[in-house]
Amino acid sequence: MREFSDEELERYSRHIILQDVGIEGQEKIANAKVLVIGAGGLGSPVALYLAAAGVGEIGIVDGDVVDLSNLQRQVIHTTADVNVPKVLSAKAKMEAINPNVKVTVYQKFLDASNILDIVKGYDFVIDGTDNFSSKFLINDACVLANVPYSHGGILRFGGQTMTIKPKESACYACVFDSPPPANAIPTCSSAGILGAVAGMLGTIQAAEALKYIVGVGEPLYNRLLTFDAKTMNFRNVNFKKNPKCRVCGEQGIKEIKDYEAVVCEAKL
Amino acid sequence: MKLTINGESKEIKDGISLPELLVIENVEQPDMVSVQLNDEFVRQDEHKGITLKEGDEINFLYFMGGGA
Repeated sequence: MREFSDEELERYSRHIILQDVGIEGQEKIANAKVLVIGAGGLGSPVALYLAAAGVGEIGIVDGDVVDLSNLQRQVIHTTADVNVPKVLSAKAKMEAINPNVKVTVYQKFLDASNILDIVKGYDFVIDGTDNFSSKFLINDACVLANVPYSHGGILRFGGQTMTIKPKESACYACVFDSPPPANAIPTCSSAGILGAVAGMLGTIQAAEALKYIVGVGEPLYNRLLTFDAKTMNFRNVNFKKNPKCRVCGEQGIKEIKDYEAVVCEAKL
Repeated sequence: MKLTINGESKEIKDGISLPELLVIENVEQPDMVSVQLNDEFVRQDEHKGITLKEGDEINFLYFMGGGA
């Protein structure tokens, strides 16, 4: 059992009085290790909320530096952080919010050579990446390492997310199979994104991580939550794990390989 | 015939194929969606062979690759 200090008891009091969290739930949060991949539009709100919530150890991965064009949505970074490595900028804000949290930074991009070793050390992973080769690589690694994770994708005014518990619930490849062909799919940099939409989706991912850690409610297993901020229509599409899935099915993957980087340009 | 497309009931002419429905529904790039028909996902290379029938439920799940 972990003994919370008076400072922590007050800091987390709104969690502790929540009937489904309580002191036991807060202890689970304090003992949890979560990896946030990408310190951008999704990673920013996720990292801020997980730090504020008191997640004991948070890993954050990003090989990039802060660019002026990031600040419209990547709310963990400030104007003074332009050209600073994103992971260092993020770590400073997370520790400023909550000095009780241990933040480990990985100032690199993940690929087949390093992802498994990093993912293995965590209880839950957040996909906050901006390209399909990374999204499919994270799915492969989490399935192989048997680590649950939250998929997130955003575009223009829309977002989608699902939570994956390997071997038990459908994985990203059960739904989308493989990366789309090069140039078929626009991304944020080429098609644009309403900044607040990144916040909407990121906070859903943070809530899913906390639900999983505490063991409360119904995670987004076997369903894709999609929303369109233009209409504010939210929708769940249900599905099952695909026994023939190329990644998590009976003949699933046995080793990790890089996906070809897809260069995306808007076609629409 | 009546189809349920992305959760909405729609009247669509009888006997159309899945690729024809994609055109009607303004899915400009079939590569951009994962199609779910009555709870099962349909592989891209199987689209052509599918004729839709009364009561079918179809979902278009769009690839969304953004995040940064």
